[in-house]
Formats: sequence, C-alpha cells, structure tokens
Amino acid sequence: MSAVPTPRRSEWAGPPAKDIVTAYGFWMFLIGDVIMFASFFAGYAVLAGGRAGGPGPADIIELPNVAVQTLCLLTSTLTCALAGVMAERRRMAWTQLWLLATGLLGVIFLALEIREFSHLIERGATPQRSAFLSGFFMLVGCHGVHVVAGILWLGTMMAQVAVRGPKAYVQRRLSAFMLYWHALDIVWVGLFSIVYIWGSIT
Amino acid sequence: MLGRLDWSAIPLHEPLPLAAAGGVGLAVAASLFWITKRGHWGYLWREWITSVDHKRIGVLYCILALLMLIRGLVDAVMMRTHQAVAVGDAQGYLPPDHYDQIFSAHGTIMIFFGAMPFIVGLMNFAVPLQIGARDVAFPTLNAASFWLTASGALLVNVSLVIGEFARTGWLPYAPLSETSYSPGVGVDYYLWAIQIAGVGTLLSGVNLVTTIVKLRAPGMTMLRLPMFCWTSLGANLLIVAAFPILTATVTMLTFDRYLGFHFFTNEAGGNPMMFVNMIWAWGHPEVYILILPAFGIFSEIFSTFSGKPLFGYRSMVAATMFIVVVSFTVWLHHFFTMGAGADVNAAFGIATSIIAVGTGVKIFNWIFTMYGGSVRFETPMLWSMAFLITFVVGGMTGVLLAVPPADFVLHNSMFLVAHFHNVIVGGVVFGVIAGYTYWFPKAFGFRLDERWGKIAFWFHMIGFTAVFVPMYWLGLEGMTRRLQHVYDAGWTPFLYVMAAGVLASVAGTAALIMQLAVSIRDRRDERLRDDLGDPWDGRTLEWGLPSPPPFFNFAQLPDVSGEEAYWSIKRKAIEQGELPEEPDYDMIEMPRPTPTGIFVAFFSTLIGFACIWHIWWLVMVSGAGVYLAFVGYAWRDVHERDVSVDEVRRADQAARAPRAAALARLVKEGRT
Amino acid sequence: MRAAHSASVLRPAGVVAAANRDILLNALAVMIVVAVPTIIAAIIVAWWFRAGNAKATRNEGFVYSGRVELVVWSIPLLVILFLGGIIWIGSHRLDPSRPVQASPGIRPLTVEVVSLDWRWLFIYPEQGIATVNRLVVPVGRPLRFRLTSASVMNAFFVPRLGSMIYAMNGMATELNLLAAKPGRYAGMSAHYSGEGFSDMRFITHAVPQRAFDLWAEQVARSATPSLGAGNYAILRRQSRDRGEYVFRSAQPGLFDAIVAQRLAPAGGPPAVRSATDAEEK
Ligand code: HEA
Ligand code: HEA
Ligand code: CUA
Ligand SMILES: [Cu+2]
Repeated sequence: MSAVPTPRRSEWAGPPAKDIVTAYGFWMFLIGDVIMFASFFAGYAVLAGGRAGGPGPADIIELPNVAVQTLCLLTSTLTCALAGVMAERRRMAWTQLWLLATGLLGVIFLALEIREFSHLIERGATPQRSAFLSGFFMLVGCHGVHVVAGILWLGTMMAQVAVRGPKAYVQRRLSAFMLYWHALDIVWVGLFSIVYIWGSIT
Repeated sequence: MLGRLDWSAIPLHEPLPLAAAGGVGLAVAASLFWITKRGHWGYLWREWITSVDHKRIGVLYCILALLMLIRGLVDAVMMRTHQAVAVGDAQGYLPPDHYDQIFSAHGTIMIFFGAMPFIVGLMNFAVPLQIGARDVAFPTLNAASFWLTASGALLVNVSLVIGEFARTGWLPYAPLSETSYSPGVGVDYYLWAIQIAGVGTLLSGVNLVTTIVKLRAPGMTMLRLPMFCWTSLGANLLIVAAFPILTATVTMLTFDRYLGFHFFTNEAGGNPMMFVNMIWAWGHPEVYILILPAFGIFSEIFSTFSGKPLFGYRSMVAATMFIVVVSFTVWLHHFFTMGAGADVNAAFGIATSIIAVGTGVKIFNWIFTMYGGSVRFETPMLWSMAFLITFVVGGMTGVLLAVPPADFVLHNSMFLVAHFHNVIVGGVVFGVIAGYTYWFPKAFGFRLDERWGKIAFWFHMIGFTAVFVPMYWLGLEGMTRRLQHVYDAGWTPFLYVMAAGVLASVAGTAALIMQLAVSIRDRRDERLRDDLGDPWDGRTLEWGLPSPPPFFNFAQLPDVSGEEAYWSIKRKAIEQGELPEEPDYDMIEMPRPTPTGIFVAFFSTLIGFACIWHIWWLVMVSGAGVYLAFVGYAWRDVHERDVSVDEVRRADQAARAPRAAALARLVKEGRT
Repeated sequence: MRAAHSASVLRPAGVVAAANRDILLNALAVMIVVAVPTIIAAIIVAWWFRAGNAKATRNEGFVYSGRVELVVWSIPLLVILFLGGIIWIGSHRLDPSRPVQASPGIRPLTVEVVSLDWRWLFIYPEQGIATVNRLVVPVGRPLRFRLTSASVMNAFFVPRLGSMIYAMNGMATELNLLAAKPGRYAGMSAHYSGEGFSDMRFITHAVPQRAFDLWAEQVARSATPSLGAGNYAILRRQSRDRGEYVFRSAQPGLFDAIVAQRLAPAGGPPAVRSATDAEEK
C-alpha cells in the first residue's frame, strides 16, 4: 500500500460512553452465565431418565409452591424495573423502596425454594438418591445461588445508594444489577417450563 | 482445625518432588531476600502487583507462562527419560502412581498455565495498543483475572509438596476421577485450580471482547483491525462461549466428589459419557482458543517481515470467523471409538475436516504475503517459517484422525500425542515465542539478542523433530499413550532418540534464558536499544508509540484512516519529510491502581486450598474475604487519576524527538 | 521376559485392519498431494524473496487477487470434498457394530469382553467357558465382541485385527473383527484406566477353527474353577496381577448381569491395598 489513502472520517467515531461499555461487557458476562445454565439444563435433560428406581419429576414437583415462587420472581422483575426508572429520575428514596421490595420478593422466593428442597430431602428424595435428582438439585440450586448472590449484591447496592447517592458509577452498577436480575428471571422461566411444567406433564 | 490436612500429606518418602520443591523454595526465598534488601517492595506493589495497566498485566501473564512452561518442560523431560529406561520388564525410575501424576500435571500445566496465560498475556499487551485504546474495558477486572489465573497455577504447584496431583490425565475422565476410583486429593487439586483459573479466563474473555468491540480508536472500523485483533476477538468469543461449559462440568464433578451427587458416577443412573461430551464441548474450542491468537501473531510477523500488507485480509477475517463457528460442531471427534454409530461419526468427521479449509486459506495467504515482498529472517520470522512448515504436517495428521476408520486404530496412540504436540508446540509455542520476541522491545525498550535467539531456535527445532517424528511412527506401531512402562523392546532406539530430543529442547530453553539474560545485560547497547519504538519497521499502531509506551499509551487517540494505521502515518511522514503536527494535548483520566485483584485471588486460593483439605471454617472466612474485597473496591469514590496536560505533552515530545531525528537523517540521505 | 508381539497397524492380520490401514494410507496420500507442495512452496517463496536477493521482483501492492482467493479457498475445499466421501463411506463400511462379511454359512463367534481393574475377562457364551488375559479366536470366522467394563472406561484394542472400541460400565458396545491368518497378536487397553493400565495387555491367539474347538473343549473339561458371581467378585477387585487364567465354565448371563448392573460396579482401591493383595494370592 504505497499510496497514502485519503483520511476520511468513518462510521466509527471512537469509543462510546462508559455506561454503554459497561452494559456491553455485562451482557457478555450474562451470555456466559446463560451458557453455564444451558450446560446444567443439558445435564438435567440427559439424566432425566437416570432415576435408579427413585422418584421421577412428577413425584417431586409441588406446583403450588412453584407457582408462588414464579409469581414472586415475576413481580420482583417489575419492582426492579421500577427501581431503575426511579434511579434514572434520581428519585433515590423511591429507588430504595423498590429495591427493597425486589429484595424481599427475592427472599420469599428463596424461602419457598428452601422449603421445597427440605420437603424433598425429608422424603428421601435427596440429590444423592439418583442422577436425576442430582441434576434437578443442581439446576434449580444453581439458580437459587444466583438469587442469593443477587440479594447480597442488592443489599450492597442499597447501602451504596444511601451513602453515595446517584453518582454516575452507582447508576452504572444499578443498571448492571438490573440486567442481572432480569436474566435470572428469564432463566427461571426456562426452568419453570422445562423442569416443572414439562416434568409434571410427563 | 485443619480438616484432613496432616503431616502424612507431605511426601517425605519421595525425594524427587521434595528436592524440586526445595529448589523452587530456595529460589523464591532468595528473590524475596533480594527484593527486600534492595527495597523494591514498594515499587513492586505500586507498579506491578496493584497495577491495572494492561501492559503490566500482560507482562505478568507472560512471566507466569514462562515459569510454567519450564515446569511443564521438566515434566516432559521426566516422562521422556523415564520411558526410555522402562522398556520390557524394566520399570524405569517412576512408579505408576508418580508417572501418572506427571503426565496429568504436564498436560494441565502446559495447557492451562503455560499456553493460555501466554496467549492471554500477549493479547492483553498488544490488543489495546493495536486498536488505539488507553487500556482494556475493565482494568481492575483484568488484574483480578490475572491473579485468579496465578492462583490456579499456585494450587497446582502446591500439590507437589502438600498432598498429590491428579492421576487422571489433563482431562479427568469420569468415572476414574470419581471418589470411588480416585479417593485422594489429587483430583480435588485439579478441580479447584481449574475452576479458579477458569473463572479468571472467562472474565478476561469478557473483558477483551468488550475492549475490541467497544474501545477502538476513531476510524478504526472492524475491517481495519489488525489481524491479531481479529483472531483475538475470535479466541475471546470462544472463551465466552466455551469456558462456562468447563465451569459447569467442573462444578458437577466437584459435587459428585464432595456431596455424593451422581452426575458422572457408575452408580444411581450417573452418566460418565456425559462428562466426556461436556469436557470436549469445551476442550475442542479450547485448542482453537490457543491457536487463533497464534495465527494472529504469525499474520503480523509475516506481513511485517515481508514488508508487505497481509495478503487477502478479508479472506483471513472470514477464515478466522469460519473456524470460530465450526469449532463448536466437532467435539465428538475425540471419541469416535465410543461406538456412536456410523452416521454420527461420519458427520462429525466431515465437520472436523472442514476446519482444514479455513486453516488452509490462512496458510496459503501467508505464503502469498511473502510473495513479492522482501523477507527478513530475524528470529520472529524464523519461528514463523518453522510454524508454517510444521503446522501443515500437524494439521494433516489431525485431518487423518478426523477420518473415523483411521482414528479407530490411532485413537489414544502416540500418533495422537504426536499430532497434538505438532500443532501445539509447532503452532502455539512457536507462536508465543515469536510474539514474545516481536513485542519484547515494545514492552521494555530493547530487543532480544539475535544470536542467542537463533541458537535457541535451532535447538528447539532439533528437539521438536527428534521427539515428535519418532512418536508418529511409534503410534503406527501400536504404542498407546500414558504408558508407565513400554513392553516392546524393539522400540528402544526410538525412545532413546526421543529422550535425546527432549534434551535438545532443554538446551533450547536454556538458550532462551541465556538470551534474556544477555539482552538485559546489554540493554543499553546500540545493538539492542530501541529508541525509535519501531524496531521491525512495523505497520500497526503500537509501533507508533515509544518503547515502552507511557502508561496512558496514546497522548491523543489516533484517528485511523486505513487498514494499516501506523504504516500510512509513517509513509506520509517520510514522504513529506516531517512528523505530523503536534496535537492539542488534553488531560487524560486513567484508572487508579488497586489491590482488589490480588486480594480476591488471595482469598480464592485459600478457598480452593481449604476445600481440598476440608477446612470448612477457612472456606467461610475466605468467602467473606472475597466479598469484603469487592465491597472495598466498590466503596472507592475516586476511580481515576488525572494526567495533566503538561505530563502528556512532556511524554509525547520525548517520544517525538528520536523520530524527528530519524526523519531528519532520512531527509539528509535523500530517502524521502 | 515375554516376547513382544507386533502391534503395528500397518501390518494388518484381518479384513477390518486391512481396511483401516487402506483408508489411513489413502487419506494420507490425498493430503500429501497438497501438503508437500505447500511446504515446498513456502520454503521456495520465502527464500527467493529474501531481502538480500537482488533478482527477485518486489511487488508490495500484491495484497489481493480475486483469482488467487478463489484458488486458495477451492483447493482445500476440493480436497475435503473428496476426503468427506472417504469419511462417509469408510465410517459406514467400517462401523464397529457392523458384522464382518465372510463366506456364507459361517456364523460369527460371540465373545463377551469385560474390562477389569486391570485385566481382561473374556467370556465365550457358546462354549460356556471364560479366560482372563488370554484371547483365543478361530481364524477366518467373523468375531462379534460385546464389551462392557466392571469399573472405569477402557478401550479394547488388538491393533493387527483393526478397530478399537470403548468398554464402559452399565452399557455394552459392540465390535466386529476377523482374524485372517493364524498368529499371536498383541492386545491392550488403549484408554488410560489408572495405575495398572500399562499392564492391561493380553495376547490374542488366532488359531484354525479346529484348534479353537479343541482348545475350548479342553478348557471345558479341565479342572479349572468355574466363573460365577462369587469368583467374579474376587476377579473384579483391583489387581496388577498379569497372569492368564481359564475357567472351565462361565455362568450364563454373567455378562448381561454386569451390563445391567445387577452385579454392582467394582469399587476402586481398597482401603488397605496390601491386605487384599495378600488375600488374593
Ligand atoms: C501447551 C501444551 C503442551 C506443550 C507445550 C507440551 C510440550 C511437550 N510435551 Fe506434552 N502434553 C500436553 C501438552 C503439551 N505438551 C498434553 C495436553 C498432554 C496430555 C496429557 C495427558 O495424557 O493427559 C501431553 C502429554 C505429553 C506426554 C505424554 C505422552 C503419553 O501419554 O505417554 C509426553 C511424553 O513425552 C509429552 C512430551 C512433551 C515434550 C517433550 C514437550 C516439549 O515440546 C517441550 C519443549 C519445551 C517447551 C516448548 C518450553 C519452552 C520454554 C520456554 C519458552 C520458556 C523459556 C523461558 C524464558 C525465556 C525465561 N507430552
Ligand atoms: C492448538 C491445538 C490444536 C489444533 C490447532 C488442532 C487442529 C486439528 N486437530 Fe487436534 N488435537 C489437539 C490440539 C489441536 N488440534 C489436542 C490437544 C488433541 C488431543 C487431546 C487429548 O486427547 O488429550 C487433539 C486431538 C484431535 C483429534 C482426536 C483424535 C483422537 O483422540 O483419537 C482429532 C480428530 O479428528 C483432531 C483433529 C484436528 C484437526 C482436523 C485439526 C485442524 O484444525 C487442522 C487444520 C490444519 C491443516 C489441515 C493444515 C493446513 C491446511 C492446508 C495446507 C490445506 C490443505 C490440506 C488439506 C485440505 C487436508 N485433533
Ligand atoms: Cu458408554 Cu459411550
Ligand atoms: Cu478436537
């Protein structure tokens, strides 16, 4: 290339603002996380037949419990989104309130999941009982652990909002948290349909 | 208090690892002493350990990789010399439980802690410079990624003296790796080391994808990216897509071992074949994660040292992305012999061999890049030529293994071992050494000694050939891999040649170390010094910066106007006989250093170690430590430090001076 | 010292092995046609265009050519198209579970193979006998192997007879081979299975049908023990003993019981290794 090309401002105008970069990076991370869930889903599907004479999906599913759980999580998505809207408008008190609601719903969700798990374990349907149950506990439990981490994060964020107010970096982190929480919701929808609905039908 | 840890974990009866560990311990103690005596701790802490500068982190990755390559080499030497004297009824000097640990550790260390960090390190160093960015997208995360990788490496090496390492190969196939067949802590070391390092790698992948997609300088459109950035993008996309599978798989095996789950057990409906599928769904993309950036390095070198742009740039981009996509559809070729049925085997065999198309395009385009150029055979180019030749052979044997009926007799043979060393050593290792030689002056301001470099090159070439050519033959003769002793005395001559070969590799490695030492000694020599910042007549943006670049890289973000960003600037300057005008300098914000990375990694290491030995209180404490490290980071209010206009100007003017002088010289000689 | 028997896959002693080898060599030949010129071209181009060569014509502008790109993509594509054909046909013709053709009227001989830690158990259901670490097969008769593992994964491999296949617990794989000429062929595990892996070797004796029948009868009439669940329980314990054993009878259905896990998978290392080793002697 001996001729020097004429300089031309091109369509790429340089790096975008920081919140866009952060959001993009967090999306990449979430894609990775979803792929990890997909692996657990695959594991669950492969092991669905490995019951070793133990209970199958239909025997362990308590649909009412799960229905309430689903309700909690779906509502928490709404409250989480509301917190986001409020944060954008810099109404920090409202933000905190909606965040709190989100967290509480998350805690209820977790409590119900723990209840479900302990019922199962009482009945001898432990993850050690069969490969199917291992897959079940891992898949559902992994989502549960994500919720725990989410709540921890949420608490930390609330403290930060309280201390630091609507600073740019706090806003960035809030929006990342919201992406995370929504992703958990989407994973749950997948879980709910494949593990619970499909499981109780077959 | 200490869980399962007690004195019996120290292999007092095995002199070899103890002596090795003693040696390493002494070396570490000596360097710590030296650092303390010279009072370098403050400098190290401020400038390296807490650094979030991508160049520093890149260098740290490479140092880790070099150390681990040497560790892996020691294992290789032991395997090759042991097998040479373990023929017929002889048992060699390593009993099975020890030998099995060695090949497992060798494979694990070489792939995860030798090759990977080297690749990631070079990407870290060069990518932001090539795209015209001041740092990666998430500098602190970058530091954490590095330190997490280092944690994994540390854990693997701790297993040498406290406990044992896995005896299950570099990929711990279930059910052999389940508690019932591997009750010791070896597999646990593997699992925690890989889990921690794997998370580090995943985060680094996220970081670099974001960097390449979002942080390019103005005008640096995707189709103006240097080839190395494209292949890095491909590799990091593969990391984001593949490493979560590894995380999940390792987690499942961990739960099997710690909590009695039944993912991969023989009992209670577990499915060991699922392990094999999942580990290769990650494992196959992994080998392309390693080779793609190496392809990128070679692309840079072929073009630079031929004095020509890369031939068929768009084709190369297409071929890279082609490989990225197809690499997810071939994992089954690692177990054609599982009896999946003719249709499945054939489909995966064909999918596998299709990769040869993308790779072939690259090979041919590199040859056409040299065509019509003027080729300079400095060491980076020597390694690249050696790669070009050996990789065609290794790729060809790979395609041979992709033919199921051939694989039915070659699977798990020494032929397979030869194949993958042929592509990994001839491709990845040659690539990283070429890249190391190529970017070294950029990182440190002086070149590596050419004479020692050439000596190292020839020794490595001899060693490589002598080890792996006989290995192909032995594979055809029916010798399987992972043999603690070899039964056919007729193979002895080959085994001797291979043992001699690995000694040549040792000599080559010694020469590399010598090269480094000599170059550091003579760094102020006219011969090695790189005042200009452009020692190879480079074409990409990093060569427009001084060596080493200032921590903020670019005084002003470049405005890119063509495929070879720096080359066109350079041409223009030479044509006009003067440098581009001094820009209007602006204040720059750069991220502040933080110890978050090393804190997180420190506690993660503790978590890993405590889990291995069932010291549950320590797990809790360290878990809290990780959390607090995060919170501590989150609580900082000032994330950036300002670099004043003055400082920027001073740095840039200092960098321009030698270039102006060089240009003046050219003008005087009438070469503009 | 045991005599080593050739295990070369380039010296086939059966139809499957011969086909494996032919495909291997054909595929290699096809690729060498491209690979060798590529390597030579790389060396020549690099050398001719070396900076010091005054005779070379430089052309810095030669960075793209549609014609060259076309060739560059189509050469490997064509090779792979051709190779893909070999792969497709070969995979089907040499599918391990596909019976080997022999002269009509010859029934295949079934051998059931169980990989143990660390030796091989061969059960001959028709003859009702079993052996350890010694495989005797008739020449010229299709061999139908059914394989499973008592514990971890292994691969059953007699290189001179051809294809290998995995043996896995809880399932049965199938492999069809044929020994074309009498001889003694090395057999082994090709998949790492732990400490005793290097010694998981056996010798395959390919003998004429008459000799095989004679041998089977001899074993059946011998005073050796018979193999039932009890003996199997001892056999499946981890051991690095490389001895060859024969059993004058094998309990019918033993193999299927192992596959169906009615006989539980063998455990790994015993708590106190030396004690059990002593007990076994
Ligand atoms: C990146 C991967 C990598 C690399 C580089 C190597 C390099 C080598 N390997 Fe290895 N190997 C594996 C990955 C690798 N290997 C894997 C995955 C396995 C399978 C394990 C298993 O069975 O599970 C394996 C198994 C394996 C075996 C076991 C075979 C068997 O199953 O029986 C043997 C035996 O000889 C062997 C030998 C060698 C040799 C001689 C080298 C030589 O090429 C080494 C030459 C030395 C170098 C390439 C290092 C150069 C040093 C530097 C660059 C540092 C310089 C320092 C400074 C400048 C300061 N390898
Ligand atoms: C950097 C690492 C790397 C790379 C780049 C490759 C590249 C390839 N590998 Fe390899 N492979 C490994 C690392 C790598 N491999 C490892 C580590 C293992 C074993 C792990 C273990 O079991 O422990 C393995 C195992 C392995 C197997 C499993 C064998 C078995 O277990 O029985 C197979 C089978 O298909 C295979 C195939 C291929 C193919 C087709 C390529 C292709 O990408 C090669 C393409 C390149 C070329 C073909 C050359 C250039 C092309 C031309 C000049 C064009 C003209 C040529 C033709 C058209 C043929 N590899
Ligand atoms: Cu069992 Cu494949
Ligand atoms: Cu592969």
